[in-house]
Amino acid sequence: MKPLALISTRKGLFRLNHDKTVEPVGFLGVPVSMVLAAKDRVRWFAALDHGHFGVKLHRSDDYGESWQEIATPAYPKTENKEEGDSLKLIWSLAYAEPDSSDRLWAGTVPGGLFYSDDGGENWQLNQFLWQKKQEQGWFGGGFDEAGIHSICVDPRDSNEVKVAVSCAGVWVTKDKGETWQISAQGMRAAYMPPEKEFEQIIQDPHLMVQCASEPDCLWVQHHNGIFKSTDNAASWQEVKDVAPSVFGFATAVHPTDPNKAWFVPGIKDECRIPVDGKLVVTQTLDGGESFEQLSEGLPQELSYDLVFRHGMDIDSSGEKLLMGSTTGNLWISEDLGESWGCVSNHLPPVYAVKFL
Amino acid sequence: MPKVTFTENLVRHIDCPACEVDANTVAEALQKVFAQYERLGTYILDDQGRLRKHILISVDDNLLNDRIHLSDPVKQHSEIYVLQALSGG
Repeated sequence: MKPLALISTRKGLFRLNHDKTVEPVGFLGVPVSMVLAAKDRVRWFAALDHGHFGVKLHRSDDYGESWQEIATPAYPKTENKEEGDSLKLIWSLAYAEPDSSDRLWAGTVPGGLFYSDDGGENWQLNQFLWQKKQEQGWFGGGFDEAGIHSICVDPRDSNEVKVAVSCAGVWVTKDKGETWQISAQGMRAAYMPPEKEFEQIIQDPHLMVQCASEPDCLWVQHHNGIFKSTDNAASWQEVKDVAPSVFGFATAVHPTDPNKAWFVPGIKDECRIPVDGKLVVTQTLDGGESFEQLSEGLPQELSYDLVFRHGMDIDSSGEKLLMGSTTGNLWISEDLGESWGCVSNHLPPVYAVKFL
Repeated sequence: MPKVTFTENLVRHIDCPACEVDANTVAEALQKVFAQYERLGTYILDDQGRLRKHILISVDDNLLNDRIHLSDPVKQHSEIYVLQALSGG
C-alpha cells in the first residue's frame, strides 16, 4: 500500500503509513534533501547529499519499494577548472507536466535550475536563469551560495513556472524556461540598507506556495516577513503584525481556498527557536487579515523545534497538515491545524515532508 | 601496474573493487578505473573533475598534491588509496 507521506531526514527516507506508523524506506544514514512523489505518478525521486561523495539522485518505479541511482544534474565544465561550479545540493524537485513522470524540474545550490525530459537520465541547466545568476551576483541565504528551493508549475499551463530563490527573489517564465522575469515587486528586505530594501533581486523568500485551484494566489514565507500575491506574482503585499513572530521558513496554502494559509513562527535570524519555548502554527482563514495561533497537541514548554522550509505540507484534499522538526518530531493534524497528534519523537532531523 | 584501492565506506553505495591500471599520473589511473565502473567517478570527483573537498588520495604514502588536475605522477608499482577524509562530518 502506498504511504500517506514521505519524510526526508538527515539520516534517510521514511514513510508515514495510513495507520500513522513510521517505517524506514531506505538510504539509512544518508541525508535526503528532497523527495518528489505523488500517488498518481509512477516515478518517484529522492535526492541524497552524501557529503564526502557528493549529491546523488535516485528513482523508484515501484512506489518506493526499490530505488536506482540515476544521473545527477551537473554544472557545465569551465576552461579553468579552478573556477567552475559543482553541484552542492538538490533543494527542490517538481513534476514539470501534469501527466508525465519523466519531465522534471530540479532546483539546486548553487543557484541552478535543471530540466529533464527523460525521467532524470539527462539534465539540462537552464541557461537563461544561470546567466542572470552570474550577471547579478545572486547571494546565499541559508547556504554559502544562492539556491532555488521553490518551484511552482502553473496548473493552468505548465509552460508557466515560478521559482523562488534564496537570495534572488521570485522569477517567472511563461515559455517553459526560455525566458524569465523577476517578479518580486513589493517584497521588502529588512536585512539590507534602507535604499535597497525593495530591490527585487536581493529578496530572500524562504518558501513560496501556490494555491492549486486559484493559482493567481501565492504565499511566501520570507526571511523577514509574510507576503502574499493575488495577481499571479505580479505584485506582493506584506502581511504585518502576526504574533508571535513573522519569521519562519515553512508555509502551506489550502488547495481550494487561497485565503487559508499556515506558517510556523520562530524567533528571527539569530535564534531560530520557538518564541518562549512554545511551538505554535499560525493560521489565517481570511487572506491574512487576521491570524490565530494553533497549539493544541504541540509542545508548549522547552520546545526547540525548528521546522525547515520544506518541513510542512498540506494534502491534496485540504484536510490534513503534516509537520516535522529539526529535533525529530513529526506531527499530523487532521482538522487543518486545530489539533495536532505526535507521530514520532525519535526521527532524525526532518528536512522535508511530502503527502502523496 | 599502479594499483588503485577505494575506501570501504564507498562499498555500500557503489561497486569499487581495487584495480590495477596502466597509468603515469593519478588522473590517468582514475580515468581508467572510471571507464570500467560507471558513476564511480562522480563519487570521487566534482562536476569540474576536481577531487571532492572531503576526499583524500595518497600515492605511496604521500597525500595528493594537485587536487585540481590530479597530475601527481605514479610509478610502475605505486599504491593509490582513495579515502574518505575525517573532515566533512
